[in-house]
Amino acid sequence: MLSVVFRRPKKKDIFISRCINEFMIIGLSSLPIVVLMSTFMGGVIALQTASNITSPLLPAYTIGYITQNSTILEFSPTIISLILAGKIGSNIASEIGTMRVTEQIDALEIMGVNSLSYLVLPKIIAAVLFFPVLIIFSMVLSIFGGWISLLLSDLCSTETYLLGIRTDFKVFNIIYALTKTVVFGFLIASIASFYGYFVKGGAINVGRASTQAVVISSICILIANFILTQMILL
Amino acid sequence: MIEINTISKSFANQKVLSDISAVFETGKVNLIIGESGKGKSVLAKCMVGLLEVDSGKVLFDGRDFIAMDREGRTTLREEIGMLFQGAALFDSMTVEDNIMFPLSMFTNMTKAEKLARVNFCLERVNLSGRNNLFPSECSGGMQKRIGIARAISMNPKYLFCDEPNSGLDPKTSILIDALIKDITTEYKITTIVITHDMSSVIEIGDNVIFLHDTKKWWQGDNKSIITTDNPEVLSFVYASEFMKEVRASMLENRG
Repeated sequence: MLSVVFRRPKKKDIFISRCINEFMIIGLSSLPIVVLMSTFMGGVIALQTASNITSPLLPAYTIGYITQNSTILEFSPTIISLILAGKIGSNIASEIGTMRVTEQIDALEIMGVNSLSYLVLPKIIAAVLFFPVLIIFSMVLSIFGGWISLLLSDLCSTETYLLGIRTDFKVFNIIYALTKTVVFGFLIASIASFYGYFVKGGAINVGRASTQAVVISSICILIANFILTQMILL
Repeated sequence: MIEINTISKSFANQKVLSDISAVFETGKVNLIIGESGKGKSVLAKCMVGLLEVDSGKVLFDGRDFIAMDREGRTTLREEIGMLFQGAALFDSMTVEDNIMFPLSMFTNMTKAEKLARVNFCLERVNLSGRNNLFPSECSGGMQKRIGIARAISMNPKYLFCDEPNSGLDPKTSILIDALIKDITTEYKITTIVITHDMSSVIEIGDNVIFLHDTKKWWQGDNKSIITTDNPEVLSFVYASEFMKEVRASMLENRG
C-alpha cells in the first residue's frame, strides 16, 4: 500500500491544495483539544508533584523540574498523540471508509486517479509535519498550566517554578520527543487510512473500521514509544 | 469497441461469471440485463478493472486492459467515463468542482476553459446554473445527471452506467435514457448500461445481453427481445401480467 501512496502526485497544485486542506483538518482543528488537555494536565502534574513532595530535603524547584521532564518526555508526545489517535484516527478512517462504501474511491480510480496517493499522502504529510507543532504547543501550555495552578494554589513561587523548569533542561529531550511525534503522526495517519481504504460493506463496517483504526494505532503508538525510548534514550 | 473474451470471476467458492464473451460496439447503447445478484455489476467492474478477473480478456479497441500494468490502466481509464449506481459524487465538493475535477486532474485547461466545459456539460444534462450546489442538496435524479455530466466532461470514448435509473421516477428515467442515447450517438461513444429497467431495454437497447446462471444466456436487441422465445428471457422481461399483455399486443401489431 505505502509504495502506491508515495508515488509522485499527478498535479502539483492540486496536491498542495489537498495538503493545505489536511493541515486545516488534521492540524488546526486539533488545536483546541490540545490546548485544553495540555493546560489542565500540566496544572494537575504540577499540583500532584507539589502535594507529594513532603521531604524537606527535596528543593522546591523540584516541582518545576518534574513538570518539565514529565511533559516534555512523555505527556506531550505520547499522551497527546494517543488523544489525537482517537480524534484524527477515527476522522480519517470514517472519511475514507465512507468514500469507499459510497463508491467515491471507485470513481477516482475510474478517472485514472491514484486514489491512495490522492487521499492518503496529504493526510500523512499533514500529520507528520503538523504533529510536532501541536506537541510543541502542548509542551509550552503544560508548563504554563503548571505555573498557573501553582500560582493559584500558592504552593510554589514563580521564580522557584521557573528555576525548576530551567534545571537540567536538555534540548535533546525536545528532539527525542519530536522524533517520537513524527513516528506517531505517521502511524496514526497510515493505520487509519488503511482501515478506511479497505473497508467493505456499509455504515456498520465504517464504524467498526474507525474503532479498529483507533485501537490499533493506539497500540502501535505504545509499542513504538517503548522501542524509540530504548533506541534513543538508553 | 469493447470486446470481452471468456471472462470468469468467482468470490471465494461462488462462481459469479463463467466464460462470458461479447462485443460492445461503438455508437451503440449496449445493455447488460439480468436478475439481481447475477453478476451484471461485477462484469462491468471487471471490465474497468475495479475487480480482477479470474481469467479472460477485456479489449478496448484492441488494447488488452487485463494485461496492462497500473500505469497503462491509469492512462486508459482517462478515456473511460462511469456513472455509478449511487452517482458517487464527491460530497465535499460542489457540483461545479465535481465536474471540473477530472479536467483539473488531467488537462492543462485554464480556469475559464474548464468553467466553460463544466457549463456545457451541465447544460447537456439540463442542469444549467446549478454549479454551486452540493450533492447533498440535489435530488437523486439530479445527482445521476451530475454523475453523467462528470462522466462526459473528459469526452470519454467509453461510458459505463451502472443502473442509471434505479430509484428514479418514470419521467426522470426516460430523461436519463434519452440523455444516454443522445450522448452515445452524438459523440460516438461505446456505452454499456447495466439495468433492470425494462422500459430502458425497449427504448435504448441497441444491443442487449442477458446474464443468467453465471453465463451469457441471450444476446439481441430491443426488437428481438420482443420476439424471442427464450424461456429465461421471457420469464425475466415479461414477469408481470401487464408486460405479458404488452408483449402480446406488440406481437399482434407486428402481425
